[in-house]
Amino acid sequence: MGKYIFKRFLMMLVTIFIIATLTFFLMHAVPGSPLESDRNTNETVQANLERFYKLDQPLHIQYLSYMQSIVTFDFGPSIKDPNRTVNELLARGFPISFELGIITILVAVVSGIILGTMAALRHNKMIDYAAMAFAVIGISIPNFVLATVLIQQLAVNWNLFPPATWTSPMHMVLPVLALATGPMAIIARLTRSSMLEVLTQDYIKMARAKGIKPMRIVLRHALRNALMPVVTIMGTLLAGILTGTFVIEKIFAIPGMGKYFVDSINNRDYPVIMGTTVFYSAFLIFMLFLVDIVYGILDPRIKLHKKEGDV
Amino acid sequence: MTQVRDEWFRPSDNSADEKEAVVRPSLSYWKDAWRRLKQNKLAMLGLIFLALLAVMAIFGPIFSPHSVTTQDLPNQNQPPSATHWFGTDEAGRDVFTRTWYGARISLFVGLMAALIDFVIGIVYGGIAGYKGGKTDGIMMRIIEILYGLPYLLVVILLLVVMGPSLWTIILALTITGWVGMARIVRGQVLQVKNYEFVTASKSFGAKTPRIIRKNLIPNSMGPIIVQMTLTVPSAIFAEAFLSFLGLGIQAPFASWGVMANDALPVIITGDWWRLFFPALFISLTMFAFNVLGDGLQDALDPKMRK
Repeated sequence: MGKYIFKRFLMMLVTIFIIATLTFFLMHAVPGSPLESDRNTNETVQANLERFYKLDQPLHIQYLSYMQSIVTFDFGPSIKDPNRTVNELLARGFPISFELGIITILVAVVSGIILGTMAALRHNKMIDYAAMAFAVIGISIPNFVLATVLIQQLAVNWNLFPPATWTSPMHMVLPVLALATGPMAIIARLTRSSMLEVLTQDYIKMARAKGIKPMRIVLRHALRNALMPVVTIMGTLLAGILTGTFVIEKIFAIPGMGKYFVDSINNRDYPVIMGTTVFYSAFLIFMLFLVDIVYGILDPRIKLHKKEGDV
Repeated sequence: MTQVRDEWFRPSDNSADEKEAVVRPSLSYWKDAWRRLKQNKLAMLGLIFLALLAVMAIFGPIFSPHSVTTQDLPNQNQPPSATHWFGTDEAGRDVFTRTWYGARISLFVGLMAALIDFVIGIVYGGIAGYKGGKTDGIMMRIIEILYGLPYLLVVILLLVVMGPSLWTIILALTITGWVGMARIVRGQVLQVKNYEFVTASKSFGAKTPRIIRKNLIPNSMGPIIVQMTLTVPSAIFAEAFLSFLGLGIQAPFASWGVMANDALPVIITGDWWRLFFPALFISLTMFAFNVLGDGLQDALDPKMRK
């Protein structure tokens, strides 16, 4: 197990290194300097600015100082808004985005598993059809469409929830709903199909024959094995939710990291793009690493395989 | 002593071969899959919808009396009517015409992305799976790293650098998108290459490209086709998502994502048709591809055969 974790950890560092390098060279492949603007700046000012952002240095020196800034976690000031550093933007936006992401994942996982299990237990009955119809629709509607419809109906027409910002639990309902529906549908479908498969296994019949209560069989015996595929796609779902926060934050005017990321793209503010991209990627890659380890702990086959390898 | 007769030396009757011919139409893998797909009503519904959509995408803009790009400012933001079936947008352009034009772009992006993923995935996954050993190890290591990269973030970065246009969007979507396909192809090839008929083919002296083309690919097509069917809606979604971030197809042309994004400011004022039609078609198309993919998954899986 230790060897497995170590290998995964090294892999994670390599991936982060690659995405950081890729980001750097992509940003520098853009013709012209990010400092060029409509304003007429005289040459001394321009030179000073270039020195300030280290743009006058040769590329490999810039690359090294960029790598240094990543290791020391100091991305320097924004270009469009020089009074703010990228770190400040991250510190302000990340907790909000994190909150949105975590609540979304919890809602999606819990309700998805419940829906999928209920559908499997009532296979080919009304609940099954209703749950699966809901799931297919949930997968088909893009989250930004759902978000706009929710605002239009629940916030503007019926006035049930506030339409924007992120200040109270009531404000969180619509963005979380918009963001969680897709992943929830995917989890529900996956749980249903693997639950159906597990329920036909011999050990479930055995448990029934022993007279264990149906509820206990589902919770203790079936669900545990049925959830393995769900853990497998958690990485993909996390990535989807993370990128989903960009548009959801834009639509609901939530002052999270996604807002700065989208703004920085539209403003071509390179330090902010680089800082947020590297941060987002590192965070996501770290999450994938955690998912891998959880999977390794849950799946006995991986452990078994490693033991064989060790001997 | 028997007499040697002339008729003994006549050419043999070839009709014996015909007798051995299969009288009943043979139910090949593909025919069987098609038969089972036809029984799946939801999947067929998806297929019919997509066929209609393709027809409308090709001919819709031609038959419409309105142009896609011509502005008609006096008639801006008109609700649906007899002349403008889906209403007009903020520049007075006909939403009906633009929806079919958007279908062209969205479908083109989705299909191109699936096709390019398919080609790269087949070549890369085929080689990795077939060669095995060290080659496979190295190629899979590369895939593992690429797989760890956040897909949409890379796409966004590439679009910031290259500038948004139809082809840069397709390029950005495929540059990391082929990885999933390559993994599936490799898994399939690993499984199929140990079957006896491949060994037989090898013992007859078939070379690697021939074995890959004639034995491996046809026999691992099922999951590959399913993956392609599911790539299309995810590419369409990604394109719409990028349009939402301002990285979509540039005006005056529009994909569904761009149309939905442009409709955001007016949705609060009650101009519902601006968002409704592009959003409806994004959702219906993704729905159709998803149910078709599900149906194909069941139809192409020999284990599901009754």
